[in-house]
Amino acid sequence: MTEPAEQAAARDATNWAKTVSRLNVSTVPEGATGINVSGKRLASPIQGFGKMWQKTYQIRVPRERVSAAELISAWKLHFPDFWPPGNRFYGPLTGIAPGEVALIEASLPGRLKLSTGVMVMYADEESFTLMTPEGHMFAGWITFSASEQGDATVAQAQVLMRASDPIFELGLVLGGHRQEDVFWETTLHNVAAHFDVTGVEVDTAVVCVDKGRQWKRWTNVWHSAAIRSTIYMLNAPFRALDAVFRGTR
Amino acid sequence: MTEATATFEVRRHGSAALVDIKGDVTAGSEGVLMTAYEDVGSASAVVLNFSGLSYMNSGGIGLLVTLLVRANRHAQTLLAYGLSDHYRQIFELTRLDEAIGIHDNEQAALRAVGAS
Repeated sequence: MTEPAEQAAARDATNWAKTVSRLNVSTVPEGATGINVSGKRLASPIQGFGKMWQKTYQIRVPRERVSAAELISAWKLHFPDFWPPGNRFYGPLTGIAPGEVALIEASLPGRLKLSTGVMVMYADEESFTLMTPEGHMFAGWITFSASEQGDATVAQAQVLMRASDPIFELGLVLGGHRQEDVFWETTLHNVAAHFDVTGVEVDTAVVCVDKGRQWKRWTNVWHSAAIRSTIYMLNAPFRALDAVFRGTR
Repeated sequence: MTEATATFEVRRHGSAALVDIKGDVTAGSEGVLMTAYEDVGSASAVVLNFSGLSYMNSGGIGLLVTLLVRANRHAQTLLAYGLSDHYRQIFELTRLDEAIGIHDNEQAALRAVGAS
């Protein structure tokens, strides 16, 4: 059942990220911006605005093809490759490890781009969890895990979230939920395909954990990555002009 | 992953219910935790005793968030004590400490909810 305290302490130190008050982006890869990550605080579902949801996506692959530990190891290593087209995950070169910060450039309807990121909150041999910063579409975390059940290895993505602000909440109601379902279903299909397993259905279970909205959190809109990304995009010509002038002086 | 490796024992102290947690708290603990919460009944405060906690992963933290939602729905205050320095930091990291009052010991937790 339990193990010696020393072993548990060692697991704690290895698997959990160290506490950070604000996120720090040391290097910004080409193609990413990091504007909505650097200096931001992490946000759990408690800090979000909208209804709280727990969404679970599962896919089964034959256990003879891959064990749970092997699947998670591959998922950590190839995490960006499993994402649906049009979305970029700029993971740390060292791979998914506790405390690492990754940048994200996501596609939104209307050819809009959203710059955001995540921090690896937790990682062990059979699971890892990414937590979102303030301003992300949702406040919460996503846990990716694998388990062996009978003759199958089950890969799972589980999201525990609230929309960060009223605008994102509206977006979820107007098709965002479906878009997210498609996103993670595609990701799981890509994970399965990595092990040459195709044509398998993704089981999706959605539970509304809390139907109430946290209206006092409407001010989260100040951090909105969508608004800030749009402003950043619109300012691109001015930044380019500024760079030219600075270069010629 | 889904096997319960923790126990949650409920005892009453005035208007508060104390939940003694022992073992590893993971996503697999959901059933036993929610059963324990049913035993809490109409207590005005739920005090989680983490003194016997061996380990908690991110699934366990997720369970605490859903427990918090349930407690809020029933207008119950959720508190914790007995957390090691490491898990105090995890509560800070996940910002659970903004919603779950953390205390040094049982007496301090009970005093905070007027149940000492």
